[in-house]
Amino acid sequence: MTRSKKKILAVASGGGHWIELLRVLPAFDEGEVVLATVQKDYERDVPRRRLHIIPDATRWNKIGVLRLALRILWIVLRERPDVIVTTGAAPGYFALRFGRWFGARTIWLDSIANVDELSMSGQLVRAYADLWLTQWPHLAGSDGPECAGAVL
Amino acid sequence: MIFVTVGHQMPFDRLVHAVDEWSERTGRADVFAQIGATEDWPKYIQAAPFLTPGQFAKRIEQASAIVAHAGTGTIIAALRLNKPLLVLARESARGETRNDHQIATAKYFEEAGYVLAAYSTEELIAKLAELESFQPRASIGTVASEQLIQRLRRFTFGADDTVVQSHPHHAQ
Repeated sequence: MTRSKKKILAVASGGGHWIELLRVLPAFDEGEVVLATVQKDYERDVPRRRLHIIPDATRWNKIGVLRLALRILWIVLRERPDVIVTTGAAPGYFALRFGRWFGARTIWLDSIANVDELSMSGQLVRAYADLWLTQWPHLAGSDGPECAGAVL
Repeated sequence: MIFVTVGHQMPFDRLVHAVDEWSERTGRADVFAQIGATEDWPKYIQAAPFLTPGQFAKRIEQASAIVAHAGTGTIIAALRLNKPLLVLARESARGETRNDHQIATAKYFEEAGYVLAAYSTEELIAKLAELESFQPRASIGTVASEQLIQRLRRFTFGADDTVVQSHPHHAQ
């Protein structure tokens, strides 16, 4: 049996990543959108949605990253989303990896901040992204990510 | 009021110092800075380490001009409200960030006419004088480009799935 509405898990760390994620959410209005980000205060940006709070860790803090990964795994297990979309960084990487284990289709949208080259997370996540996007035409290519517009 | 913000990840003392020095020199007192977790408190301008998203939104709304690191969150927030923005890019060599992506971000938004950009504190101080008369080329809407929205919608709900889920009529 399939659910009548697709469930989309949208994941982002703070600052620009979160702002960029908010700007693509209208694409998922037909589905049920659940979010995960690093600050409870961001609730005010998404008043009608469920929001999971995740630890704020960068790739440079090993214990923080482990806690973050476990929390993301728990969220993916609980929500069992059909589609996962992220604008990065570390939380999005884990969400796509774990999501794949449970059959989710995955979208990586690399931040517009990465003008010269794809972000490190964006490069590492390549094998786990069904839709692998950059916002910069000059970074797109047949063996690179696709460019399909920007969050501006 | 000029609003200075360095984002929530790391302090950016070089930026705050430069604005503080400018404030002392010009006597410009209506400056408020969000400075991050730093010991290095400015002397002439008001400051707070962090703001809630609500406080941040209010500061941006009330500001006549904004001075910031070249983070996309801040740039997008300023452009949505059509505010003049001057950015100083963080440099990895100074330990201000982990790579130099902000330099590229600053260059792009500067060349496109959306922001003023500085690549040294001297340049920042020089450009502060023209900031409040700077007009961003255009403000931006609240949603991503239609092309990107359509692409994400097609991937998520699109034709690929309809094909897989179509039911042949042989059951009868």
